[in-house]
Amino acid sequence: MKESLKRQFARFTLCMSVMLPLGQAASAVEPLQAIGKGEGTLNVVAWEGYAQDDWVKPFEAATGCQVHAKYAGSSDEMVALMRSGGGNQYDVVSASGDATLRLIFGHNVQPINLALIPAWKDFIPQLQGPDFNTVKGVHYGVSYEWGPNTLLYSTKIFATAPTSWSVIYDPKYKGQVTVPDNPIQIADAALYLSKTDPALGITDPYELTQPQMDAVAKLLKGQAGLIKKYWALASDEIQLFTSGDAVVGAAWPYQTNTLQAAKVPVADTIPTEGATGWADTWMVSAKAAHPNCAYEWINWVTTPKVQAQQAIYFGETPANTLACKEMDAQQPGACAQYHGDAPASYFDQIKFWKTPRTECGNGKTNCLDYTAWQREWQAIKG
Amino acid sequence: MDPARVWERDAPTSKLVESPCRASLSQTRTNGVWASGPVGVEGAKPLAFFLTMSAPLRALSSLSWRRGWVGVLSLLALPAVWFGGLYLAAIGAMFLTSFWTVDDFSGDLIPGFSLVNFRALLADPTYAHIAERTIGIAAAVTLTDIVLAWPVAFAMVRLAGPRLRAGMMAAVLIPLWSSYLARVYAWRLILSHDGVLNWALAEVGLPGLHIGYSNWAMWIVFSYLWLPFMILPVAAAVERIPPSLLEASADLGAHGLSTFRRVMLPMALPGMVAGAISTFSLTLGDYVTPMLVGGEGSDFIGNVVYSNVGVTNNIPFAAAYAVLPLCVMAGFLLVARKLGAFDAL
Repeated sequence: MKESLKRQFARFTLCMSVMLPLGQAASAVEPLQAIGKGEGTLNVVAWEGYAQDDWVKPFEAATGCQVHAKYAGSSDEMVALMRSGGGNQYDVVSASGDATLRLIFGHNVQPINLALIPAWKDFIPQLQGPDFNTVKGVHYGVSYEWGPNTLLYSTKIFATAPTSWSVIYDPKYKGQVTVPDNPIQIADAALYLSKTDPALGITDPYELTQPQMDAVAKLLKGQAGLIKKYWALASDEIQLFTSGDAVVGAAWPYQTNTLQAAKVPVADTIPTEGATGWADTWMVSAKAAHPNCAYEWINWVTTPKVQAQQAIYFGETPANTLACKEMDAQQPGACAQYHGDAPASYFDQIKFWKTPRTECGNGKTNCLDYTAWQREWQAIKG
Repeated sequence: MDPARVWERDAPTSKLVESPCRASLSQTRTNGVWASGPVGVEGAKPLAFFLTMSAPLRALSSLSWRRGWVGVLSLLALPAVWFGGLYLAAIGAMFLTSFWTVDDFSGDLIPGFSLVNFRALLADPTYAHIAERTIGIAAAVTLTDIVLAWPVAFAMVRLAGPRLRAGMMAAVLIPLWSSYLARVYAWRLILSHDGVLNWALAEVGLPGLHIGYSNWAMWIVFSYLWLPFMILPVAAAVERIPPSLLEASADLGAHGLSTFRRVMLPMALPGMVAGAISTFSLTLGDYVTPMLVGGEGSDFIGNVVYSNVGVTNNIPFAAAYAVLPLCVMAGFLLVARKLGAFDAL
């Protein structure tokens, strides 16, 4: 820790003098022109459940690239990992929409040559060049999978599925609630308030003015007294539900699948207020030490087969439209269950994670940026 | 060192044989025939020893004789490099970084001098609250460990026979051989909703406790983790109290409790303070236990530092907050020195 601080100090002084003249617009790295021979290693930053042996082992056998995966519990952690050690520790990252722009503007990722990614043309149109990974026509990543954040509950406590997010703010479940330890969780409360308290005028849960944030923070500070534990890793939440310490909470479909596989009596639902969600992008580090393996990896995980495996394992929806048939082949009915064939309107109703900025999207710049969100979150947790 | 050589070594410094003798002595020594000149009788062995020494070592040894500080310096060189080069430089870099800022969007560090981090820390009561919690629990853990350590330490050095004593010592030390993480996770399982504790309570017909993932859990786990570091110095301090004093106290009519309070406690105070330095500083700097067994509102200073470095990438803010425990420990050590803790180390 102490040594690394010193190293970082030296590195950043050096970095500053080199990086600053490059300006803000684009990265200086040129995209790969052709995929060459693999480097034998690939260092991956991913969400839990994104580097499973089911598709990692065949990838290693086919390409000779040994995968070293590092799981991150939040988008903040992903960004920090991609910037750690000078930015060349990791090759690829499965960044969500609230991390992608930070990585692009931080010069941490490189442009992608989509000519080398054949599966891209089969993606749903919304994910071929979404504004969270494509800036001024330059693609900085390849979309992967997407899905909603869900309400996870114990079926021992709830006979029928709760229809509102209000249960995680309900004093009735004091000391039995768990939500992610993640500033972006503020958006979940903002989405709930946008429906239950229209007077606040919240139109986008990621664009909050100070008065709106104050109202959201009040709700979340009230919730803090009901929380058993703020979970940092999905496995934390799984343990909390397994041991019975938590009975209701905000989760990903991955936790539900894992818990149900372990015969823990839980189920999940999307309440009527709607849900926040994620749309993930595989991005390549600007200083990737193994760029060929990185492209091999992106090609591997965008094939219909792996897209389907990932979708079923995590409980999410693939970007590749050809994956639907594969999903049904692997598990009958899976395509419909995980919305692989859902209409565009389903995609549009999920409020996907994005980085809060001062721009409110309506020309005004009185919204709170992500640093303010982080501070607010620390104040809420206490 | 044999007596003859001690005498010889002392001789040059005595007033009676001022400079000529000293000059001739160092002369003979640099020639590698150190003992053969003035004290011929003892010649053979040292001569052989010095002939086997390599030339640079011999040169160094003679230099350190002529200039006393050279010897001291060469002994201190390695610790000095470690202390100055790694330890102090790292703390210096931390101080320096605490005045820097971060570009919010790109995450780039901006060097310079700005008090914005310290202002943010003072403006938001959250950080004062977290500091209070950290220091409060560290103090509670220290007091708990003092109370728990006394009976064990006393039994170990005053009541137990040699075999039992060795056994007790081993029992105190054995937990330190297992992984810190394994022990914390074990407590997580013990204290959880359907854990060993609640199972045991249910078996004897008592209602369950809901202390898993809470500040109570942290207090229990920290007290358990650092207890050996309190028992050892307290035991050493109790052992140093002469039994005659306890007998004298009894002879003068003091009963057990007042002997403990008026004789043993003051005499063992340095040992307790020495133990407190360990338990207090180890708790103050920890962030893993709060992360694993803490619940809502269980963040320590270390957790805020960790999340600002590893998660939000605001290293200057983390550095600014990390200055606080440094100051707390400095104050603690000054008080500890006044109480004589360093005599017992």
